[in-house]
Amino acid sequence: MKLFAYEKTSDVSDAIKKTSNSDTAQQGAKIRFVAGGTTLLDLMKLSVETPDSLVDINRLPLDKIETTSDGGLKIGALVRNSDLANHPYVKSHFPVLSEALLSGASAQLRNMATTGGNLLQRTRCVYFRDTAYACNKREPGSGCPAIEGENRTLAILGTSDSCIATNPSDMNVALTALEATIVINGPGGERAVAIDDFYTLPGSTPHIENVLKPGDLITHVLVKAMPAGSKSVYLKLRDRASYEFALASAAVIVQVDAGKVSRARIALGGVGTKPWRAIEAEKSITGSAATPENFRKAAEEALRNAKPQSQNKFKIELSKRCLSHALKLATTS
Amino acid sequence: MPATQDKSNSPVGREMKRIDGPLKVTGNATYTSDHNFPGMLYAVPVGATIANGTITKLDTTDAEKMPGVKGIFHRANIGKLFRVAPNSDFNAFSDEDRPPFEDDVIRYYGQYVAVAVAETFEQATAAAQAVKVAYSEKKPNVEKQLTADTKVKVESERGDAQKAFDAATIKLDATYVTPAETHNVIELHSSVAVFDGTAFTLYETTQGVVNHRNVLCQVLGVEPEQVKVISKFLGSGFGSKITPWPQSAVAAALARKLRKPIKIVISRKMAFHAAGHRPRTQQRVRISADSNGKLTSLQHDYLNHTSLLDDYKENCGECTKYLYSCPNLRITTALSRRHIGTPTSMRGPGAVPGLFATESALDELAIKLKMDPLQLRLLNEPQKDEDLNIPFASRHLIECYKTGADKFGWSKRDPKIGSMKRDGLTLGWGMAGAAWIAERFPAEATVELRNDGTAKVATGTQDIGTGTYTVLAQILADKVGLSIDKCEVVLGDSSLPPGPLSGGSMATASLIPAVSKAAEKAIGTLLNAAIKTPGAKYFGVDQKDMKYTEGRVHKKDEPASAGLSFQQVLDSGNFKFILGKGSSPSTFGGKPESSKHSYGAHFVEVTWQEEIARLRVSRVVTVIDAGKIINPKAGRNQIEGAVVMGIGMALFEHTNYEPTKGAPLNSNLADYILAVNADVPNLEVHFLEYENKDLNEYGARGIGEIGLAGFAAATANAVHHATGIRIRELPIRIEDLLADV
Ligand SMILES: Cc1cc2nc3c(=O)[nH]c(=O)nc-3n(C[C@H](O)[C@H](O)[C@H](O)COP(=O)(O)OP(=O)(O)OC[C@H]3O[C@@H](n4cnc5c(N)ncnc54)[C@H](O)[C@@H]3O)c2cc1C
Ligand code: SF4
Repeated sequence: MKLFAYEKTSDVSDAIKKTSNSDTAQQGAKIRFVAGGTTLLDLMKLSVETPDSLVDINRLPLDKIETTSDGGLKIGALVRNSDLANHPYVKSHFPVLSEALLSGASAQLRNMATTGGNLLQRTRCVYFRDTAYACNKREPGSGCPAIEGENRTLAILGTSDSCIATNPSDMNVALTALEATIVINGPGGERAVAIDDFYTLPGSTPHIENVLKPGDLITHVLVKAMPAGSKSVYLKLRDRASYEFALASAAVIVQVDAGKVSRARIALGGVGTKPWRAIEAEKSITGSAATPENFRKAAEEALRNAKPQSQNKFKIELSKRCLSHALKLATTS
Repeated sequence: MPATQDKSNSPVGREMKRIDGPLKVTGNATYTSDHNFPGMLYAVPVGATIANGTITKLDTTDAEKMPGVKGIFHRANIGKLFRVAPNSDFNAFSDEDRPPFEDDVIRYYGQYVAVAVAETFEQATAAAQAVKVAYSEKKPNVEKQLTADTKVKVESERGDAQKAFDAATIKLDATYVTPAETHNVIELHSSVAVFDGTAFTLYETTQGVVNHRNVLCQVLGVEPEQVKVISKFLGSGFGSKITPWPQSAVAAALARKLRKPIKIVISRKMAFHAAGHRPRTQQRVRISADSNGKLTSLQHDYLNHTSLLDDYKENCGECTKYLYSCPNLRITTALSRRHIGTPTSMRGPGAVPGLFATESALDELAIKLKMDPLQLRLLNEPQKDEDLNIPFASRHLIECYKTGADKFGWSKRDPKIGSMKRDGLTLGWGMAGAAWIAERFPAEATVELRNDGTAKVATGTQDIGTGTYTVLAQILADKVGLSIDKCEVVLGDSSLPPGPLSGGSMATASLIPAVSKAAEKAIGTLLNAAIKTPGAKYFGVDQKDMKYTEGRVHKKDEPASAGLSFQQVLDSGNFKFILGKGSSPSTFGGKPESSKHSYGAHFVEVTWQEEIARLRVSRVVTVIDAGKIINPKAGRNQIEGAVVMGIGMALFEHTNYEPTKGAPLNSNLADYILAVNADVPNLEVHFLEYENKDLNEYGARGIGEIGLAGFAAATANAVHHATGIRIRELPIRIEDLLADV
């Protein structure tokens, strides 16, 4: 681990000022915020991230979960994953979010991990995490050994010739289905970005993962109330029963009227280079009868453009089963 | 003068909490890396980032200038290290025979090329990362498909297996594969070395303090008296700490070179490189039966990978020889060399991968025969050890099968694939047999009776977390008739009388006779003291009229209560303590009179939820025939722990060597998937306690490893019952179960 400077701040504009001189807010940034540290310190120990300086934002007044007048949520960026998952209003009104959070990592990690940090957690691609290997995401232009190599857990949607890394988060999948908005405060002031626009596809620049620029601080995540009568489910499939990232996951929010699905919001995890909004599946199931055949059809639509690698073809089928089953659970619960 | 006790209040066979439990839960148990000394320096190895090639340049200039750095050491400057002479006993053996830095050739990824020494661990880590190494690199061979690189050896043969196989109509020819696995002990391999100018004190993570001493003195080129190895507590070994790994020699060499205490704690990642692993095995099984299900032939041809320099054999045919009755049998073995660090024993070496193959094959054969797999095993139960042609000392495998079947409800099994359901899940029921050797290492021990009314047993073995401290306290308490809290156990020091390795599940069995003899000697000496102390109560009485009962010395014709406590005897003679020594030989070598093994059976239920491809182990019944269980609490813990490991072996664990650089890619606990609590269902363990005395007077054999033997086969058999998919290569992964879509 490289030596680095460490500063704390309890003021949002100070935090922004301290990081605005960074060369980038993406891979390799020289100045970084640190929240729970469960992603960042891990990567620093592996020399994957080598910042010169860390700005500790844990004292910023962004640790509240508020309900908005229309029944939505305003989640501070520093709200811990455990607190968010176990918040009574979140549990009762946004079960998909609570379930997603609780399916992730371990209790100890969830106690440290923050909402902002979770949004920005990095891929688990083994080559990205090992500096003995090339990796376009870590060192642009160096190559992608995963495409010919170990890719069992990597993405089948949104990949490019440069990178096939998965966004591993569970929370982000639920937030994508909930169509959350990320509120960012930066040197140019405050802006709100829809979660689906927040993440970028790897294309030829896999080292750029989102729209953040130097000095940009995520302050809140806004979530609108689910329409009355909606049911939601987060289903996560993996090798072992706990403490493992998803091989495939699905967050679904559905409304059923008279046996027909009248509204659906669907996102997939473990299969996309970003939290994957499955618009095609939503279109397919909306207006259709809530039947297993139609769920499967929607899942087929969601995975229509999936591109498997040498080891992860099974994830296409796994993801389809995951989504079909999540829809079944949501419409029968 | 055997101290025959009233067995009704003997602690042997009772549920006992660990006597070292309080130390452990309060953090007061000093593990190797807990040792600190004034002036101590930290060393961090630099591992090769290639697996095949040579070092062309080692540039240490930047690293040497870093803060706190005391030096970067390597082949040119660390001092000479020697090889360990070949040794067929288990008292001076290593797995990786090449001492670190012997030459500039790299033969596996992570092989030590240098070591950074600094005032703090962090400084040493940073310096290690700053060492620049240039290599001439060749493509490594970590190929998964194994072919024989050494001469194929016939390990056992009777009849004409090939002829019988060719003639048979009901037969199976299948190849089973178990992957490389890494032990992933919770306590990382560590060494703290102190050198006083003449002698070394080495605090080590070892399953054999005496073996470690005997290896290290050779590596360092000094006399055995100049090396003392200490290991008071171990955060488990599972075989990975039986023999020394390079960090140990490096720490000692640096302590000598720098005249400072040196601490090395290797990283989790390094533990995947240079601290042993279970090698990959590839096992072809050819088996045939007549139409009644009687086996007519069994061939087991197996290969395992090993490193370039060391011949580690994974003894997969160990149980095949004697487990089933079969007139025609042939077992062959050979090694396949890979650019991978040297393998070593991992819990149940040989038998565990071996039984995955043979116990899966039996299941497949049963299906061909349209016969219940349990019935097939009952039909082929041998009457004697057909390999050695000697009787079994104690074999109750049939009872294991029947008890397990009964507790599990096996008779309700519908053999039709996927036919059994519960709560919308498909059930799979599978079973398999298990076996493990029952032998003794040579062992010595001393027993002291002390004038404060306590007793002490001391032996140069160690408690690797299995409960040896407690078991020895129970045995001592039984032998000298004291309560457990008056019994002290001293272990983990190579200067004690040489004790056994904690390996092969043999420590307890090996120590019982030695401790027993030491206690008898101590008691004899005590009685002698009682009659020879002028003026004392029993002065002048003939020793053969004296007796020792539950801590009291008395005449045979009087009740114990009329006699003296041993403390009184010691006080009256002005003795601080009285000591007895005992030893017992190994059971290896020569032709045994009886075939000694432990046996067991696993019954496993899996649930298969096809709509989400979710497979879970949902119920396990295990029956173990390992003789007397000295401490059922610790015993159950061993079997349950092994079954948990078995779930990992069956469904998750494998070390993944990447073909371009030869590195284990999943070298951390997030990517190397082990079973977690949520994967473990209710486990039911039953012991059959037949006290066969061939091995020792309690009739106790080993229980550390047998719980893992056969488990993966039972699971794979259950998976087949649920899904119709036969998995012959572990682990059983989701993609294997989705393979047909
Ligand atoms: C062993 C292990 C297992 C795990 N398993 C799972 C799992 O199953 N599912 C899952 O979803 N996750 C899992 N995780 C990931 C975990 O959820 C993340 O590490 C965690 O959410 C990150 O939050 P943090 O606050 O610790 O982030 P940090 O490490 O503090 O920060 C991460 C990044 O975000 C930046 N950052 C943090 N806050 C802000 C902000 N407000 N504005 C701008 N930038 C910010 C930091 O600069 C840094 O670059 C696992 C992690 C580990 C170590
Ligand atoms: S998939 Fe992406 S993260 Fe992984 S090696 Fe390729 S470029 Fe790097």
